[in-house]
Amino acid sequence: MPERPLPQPTPETEHFWAGTRSGELRLQRCQTCDTTYFPPRPFCPECSSRHVEVFVASGRGTLESYVINHRPHPAWSEPYAIALIKLEEGPRMMSNIVECPQTPESLVLDMPLQVVWQKQNEQITLPLFRRVVASGEHR
Amino acid sequence: MTGIAIVGAAETTELGVIPGLSEIQLHADAALNAFADAGISARDIDGFATAGFRPTEVAQYLGLKPRWVDGTSVGGCSFMVHVRHAVAAILAGHCETVLITHGESGKSRVGKSGFAPAPASFAGQFEAPFGVVGPPTMFTVPVLRYMKDYGLTHEQLAMVAVVQRQWASRNPRAFMRDLITVEDVFRSRMIAYPFHLLECCLVTDGGGALILTKADRAKDFPKPAAHIWGTGESSETQIISQMESLTSSRAFRVAGSDAMGEAGINHSDVDHLMIYDAFAHLPIYGLEDLGFCKKGEAGAFIAEGNTAPGGKLPTNTNGGGLSYMHSGMYGMYALQESVRQVRGEAAAQVAGVEVALCLGVGGMFGASGCAVLGRQPKG
Repeated sequence: MPERPLPQPTPETEHFWAGTRSGELRLQRCQTCDTTYFPPRPFCPECSSRHVEVFVASGRGTLESYVINHRPHPAWSEPYAIALIKLEEGPRMMSNIVECPQTPESLVLDMPLQVVWQKQNEQITLPLFRRVVASGEHR
Repeated sequence: MTGIAIVGAAETTELGVIPGLSEIQLHADAALNAFADAGISARDIDGFATAGFRPTEVAQYLGLKPRWVDGTSVGGCSFMVHVRHAVAAILAGHCETVLITHGESGKSRVGKSGFAPAPASFAGQFEAPFGVVGPPTMFTVPVLRYMKDYGLTHEQLAMVAVVQRQWASRNPRAFMRDLITVEDVFRSRMIAYPFHLLECCLVTDGGGALILTKADRAKDFPKPAAHIWGTGESSETQIISQMESLTSSRAFRVAGSDAMGEAGINHSDVDHLMIYDAFAHLPIYGLEDLGFCKKGEAGAFIAEGNTAPGGKLPTNTNGGGLSYMHSGMYGMYALQESVRQVRGEAAAQVAGVEVALCLGVGGMFGASGCAVLGRQPKG
């Protein structure tokens, strides 16, 4: 399968991609106004403070919205969902839902999700999401 | 009121599929038609704005000698934003007569550059890896959230396309003119669930141009002027995943309320409405963000025929991006229809249009521009 278009980390985002390589979803939090934000940048988009910190997020979220793309893409052979995940810490991020049929019946809005890691090469590992299965339930 | 008026307006001679003209010539074809509409030539223009190309390139091509240029490029609403900037420039005395052009070989792609986000941009890092391929996979992604939160149905979404085709059927220049039903929409190819082909805009070739100057000069031009009562603009996000709310556009709200405020109008004053419709959910968001409908009510408002021919708020009367034309940056065509309606010369003319409001979007809910036009100079 041809690979996806891959991100090119910048000095301002490298901590995020270093995090995904080591299995951590890293977000940023403003130490001045306490806003948690994404995508990464070395200042708070809410209050402009440069006093921000990186922290490891839970990797948990819910399915906020999506489309199922039926147009061709070199990295997919079947229709696939492009999803928006509302992270437990607040920010929203785009990703894909894996280990789940890519259908409206299976992709239920607000279902709980957990990040999983998909290594693309030595530099880039992408954060994808799978449905959280209640204990006792079989996947 | 701003004291500035649109005194020339025209589209390219042809619209639709135009393989015989390169993209820059589409700008020129529209500009030449606008010159004819206003009874002037390039010699009379001292201000110039465009998007897509650098203004330098098109100005040279047209033989302009501008003392004011604007290359604001925020997507399909760039032309509404140019109108606003031109108003300010003319009032400041930076220039007297502004030309704004658009041309796009969206279908034939003659002399057109490609589009891919830089891998180091936010779009390249945080959206492209997850399979977005153009507007149908980005602009569309908020709508399931809207449908769940506000009860918008698949039928109501399809009705946006059905109603706009009713307008297009009255317009000989519209690309798609055959009436359609909700079933036709559902039977059309799935593009990006929940959007079918007929809920996505066309991809066609064309261009348009506008000429602006002080309203007190309007009588010197052969055609009726469209007076600019108010304008607004805003930008929100370059990537759809970071729009503030998935069910409302902040950029729409800012641009719309600023334009209406400057014009000094209420919703009941608006006789004619254009809302940039790249996809079927755009008029729904636009009606609510402009305040014509309460949150969650625009889908039913459209499905009940209020924006259709004979309805109380005629909207997207050229057929819109869904049925009239969509080159990529459709905002110019929305403005052209607003001017035609105010002048009383539209193909599907609405009776007695005194005030027309035109709302544009840029990128994927990324930016917005808004203009309120009046038949009379006074707001």
